[in-house]
Amino acid sequence: MTDDKPGPLLEFRDINTHYGAVHILKDVNLAIYPGELVCLLGGNASGKSTTLKTLLGMVTPTTGDVVLDGEIVTGQPTSYRVERGITMVPENRRLFKRLSVLENLQLGAYLRNDKDGIAEDLERIYSMFPRVKERLKQQSGTLSGGEQQMVAMGRALMARPRVLLMDEPSMGLAPALVQTNFELIQQIHESGVAIFMVEQNANMALSIADRGWVLQTGKVVLDDTADALMQNPDLRASYLGDAASH
Amino acid sequence: MTAVAPGPAGMMTSEVLPARSAASQDWNDILKWGAIGAASIAFLALTGMLVVLDPRPVISGALSLGYVAMIWVPLVLGYTTTKQVVLEGMARNEQGAADVVRGALIGALTGAGMSILAVLVNAFDLRDPLVNWSPELLAKLGFDRGLGFGVIAWIVLGAVLGALGASLHLMPARIAKTLGIVVGTILFVSIFEAFLDDLLEGFGLTFLTDFLYASRGGLTIVSTIVLGIAAALFGMFGSGKSAGLTAKLDAMEAPQRKNANMLIWAAGLAALVLLPIFTGKITNELLANVGIFLLLALGLNIVVGLAGILDLGYVAFFAVGGYTVAILTSPNSPGFSPGLPWWVALIVTVFMAVLAGLLIGAPVIRMRGDYLAIVTLGFGEIIRLLALSDWLKGWFGGAQGITNIPPADFGLFEVKGTDPRSVYYLTLFFVLVAIYVSWRLEGSRLGRAWMAVREDESVAEAMGINTVNIKLAAFVVGAVLASFGGAILSAKVGSIFPTSFLILVSVIILVVVIVGGMGNIAGVIAGSVVLIGVLGGPKQPGLLQEFSTFKLLIYGALLVWMMLKRPEGLIPNARRTRELHQEEFLQDAWLKGEIDTDDDDVADAVDTVVDAVDGEASTGGAPA
Ligand SMILES: Nc1ncnc2c1ncn2[C@@H]1O[C@H](COP(=O)(O)OP(=O)(O)OP(=O)(O)O)[C@@H](O)[C@H]1O
Ligand SMILES: [Mg+2]
Repeated sequence: MTDDKPGPLLEFRDINTHYGAVHILKDVNLAIYPGELVCLLGGNASGKSTTLKTLLGMVTPTTGDVVLDGEIVTGQPTSYRVERGITMVPENRRLFKRLSVLENLQLGAYLRNDKDGIAEDLERIYSMFPRVKERLKQQSGTLSGGEQQMVAMGRALMARPRVLLMDEPSMGLAPALVQTNFELIQQIHESGVAIFMVEQNANMALSIADRGWVLQTGKVVLDDTADALMQNPDLRASYLGDAASH
Repeated sequence: MTAVAPGPAGMMTSEVLPARSAASQDWNDILKWGAIGAASIAFLALTGMLVVLDPRPVISGALSLGYVAMIWVPLVLGYTTTKQVVLEGMARNEQGAADVVRGALIGALTGAGMSILAVLVNAFDLRDPLVNWSPELLAKLGFDRGLGFGVIAWIVLGAVLGALGASLHLMPARIAKTLGIVVGTILFVSIFEAFLDDLLEGFGLTFLTDFLYASRGGLTIVSTIVLGIAAALFGMFGSGKSAGLTAKLDAMEAPQRKNANMLIWAAGLAALVLLPIFTGKITNELLANVGIFLLLALGLNIVVGLAGILDLGYVAFFAVGGYTVAILTSPNSPGFSPGLPWWVALIVTVFMAVLAGLLIGAPVIRMRGDYLAIVTLGFGEIIRLLALSDWLKGWFGGAQGITNIPPADFGLFEVKGTDPRSVYYLTLFFVLVAIYVSWRLEGSRLGRAWMAVREDESVAEAMGINTVNIKLAAFVVGAVLASFGGAILSAKVGSIFPTSFLILVSVIILVVVIVGGMGNIAGVIAGSVVLIGVLGGPKQPGLLQEFSTFKLLIYGALLVWMMLKRPEGLIPNARRTRELHQEEFLQDAWLKGEIDTDDDDVADAVDTVVDAVDGEASTGGAPA
């Protein structure tokens, strides 16, 4: 690592996470640099969501440290981390269903009190998702799946994150929408936000990512650039649906 | 858009039936509903309503409240069991005579329930398990004219009322509505005699009271007829006016509308301030009671409605307020009696309520759902049992409570129980404060955080909301509002006992909030007025004093009915209505072919549906 390269924005140092006696994450080391788009691949129950929850502080690791911009935040609550720039788009979008679209967006900015900045960000989100603007008063639970995804992303962006965690953003979307969705993610990424994305759709995810990790029963088994991962025969066999190369 | 009867109406046929002759009937169905009707009406008679409410005349010499409490059963059954579900685009099949016959048969069977009961009461003595199985009941079942007359009369009466109920569907809407207005007016004027008497006297209109009411209570036959004609005229020609007014209000431009709204609010407030000047002691006492419970309900509405914390021990904070003021102001308080003025004690009360909110809240707030409800229920009882205990008798006076609580002295005037008007004003002040606070909170950042926690706690946490603190805040705000209620109660009653704070209080306040419409200020107000004002609180009689004995029965029935037919409460919150009726509306929309499988179309159909619900929520008043 050369000196002029900035340090990692978000880091896992030897993280072990347990649910009760069950060991989920095993000696995981990760680093996400400012402005990167990184994806985390892995089979069901390999600990991907747990990784995100540990990063955000909703689950406390048993050993190891979570480091945010050089500061150890392991013992800090979620609100502390959100305030310093980590935000999550949860699995299945999880909007506040009975609240309006606008209220959902406002809740994304819950920890901010710069009124002008919030108004500015709202406008930015409206221009990014014109459909959202049309439906501000609508109860968010009645939105279509694609619209809900837009609101979920908008809600996360309202926190003005430096790094955005996304848990399976294309889950449950129609195939046509998956493509649009990845384009949106890329768009957000290009605006300078680092993205850490959990995905089952490895092909798509790797095609827009800079780097990727593969998690297997809580261990990082592969860690490489997206291009290299795309070529990796093991990965091709297990995740890219490419049985022929094996 | 024709609204489709929601809920259990589904059990009635929704497909188009071939037109039938009067003779072709679904006999099994008639028997089923007739049996249900017979069981219901006999049950009502056995609760004692028929006998207990009989001394109270509705129309002097002609009809008593006891019979009114019975005869609605065949009427309502006749109406509901012949109701057709009409979907737009599907022709309403004309049934006419068949419907009326069906209604009459179901009504007759219902009436027969009373006939059978009369025969049984005459033949057997079951007074041991059934306390109301008495000669008085037998007399009333026979209309005071003997068993034979009663047996026949109930069947005939039931048939007539059932047929009348069924024929309501066949009448032109305007006539049916007018009939409803006539019956409603007569019942209202008669049942609220004490209140209207009081009010009319306050305005110096005693000649009106003399005309309306017979000397032994109830309307006179003449006044009933005059009232009926007046109501009918209003129903036929006048009732379009108010709808026109609402439409006018809706059509106004935003700023104009805001002014109009302000005007309405100001007028309402003026009426609230001026009303007790004209009303007498009994009414003012009643209004003060409504106010105290409204205060409690507004607080609980924040806890349950906004933050979604099902607190069943809410009475604890009411008790904290009551006892704090009692101890600090009464010269008789056993342990410590500084004899502070009421308003100083009130400041201490706020601190005590915050403290109690934190102490009770801290351990329970981490629990969710059912567990939390059960534990809060426990805390509610613990507080009362502590006050009752020998251990703390030196402080709280045990079962003897604390007496001699002085009036609240504000220099210019005193608030004391013997002057209900003063209590009313004090309560009104706190209620207005509570309404303002609730209203501001609902649109605030804190209010949003509460709703977020209610909707999805872990996502709320991911948004950076400190869910524990937020929930504690809801607990504390609710506690403070409840403690104000307790503080007023102390000054009003002048004495405080552990029995003033039974778990029943928690339950009744919760029912008020649910029946009124959870998470909705207007709904909570409506709920308090209807339940506490009309039926009465845990210990306070309402306008329908005669119903006191049956209060809990009616509360329960109302709650069940609400859950089935109107889960969003009397005055629905548009948000909740949408949630609760979404599925039905989607189904209806689907039936009408508004939705096909394409994603965007679904969203659009949902829009239409949501708009429809919105429209309905803003225009729909109390249920018919
Ligand atoms: N709160 C919890 N308590 C106990 N076990 C849990 C909890 N949450 C997750 N687990 C377990 O931890 C393991 C990893 O879960 P995780 O949600 O991280 O998987 P994942 O990789 O996100 O899977 P998927 O792709 O199916 O979403 C699973 O076996 C799961 O059952
Ligand atoms: Mg997962």
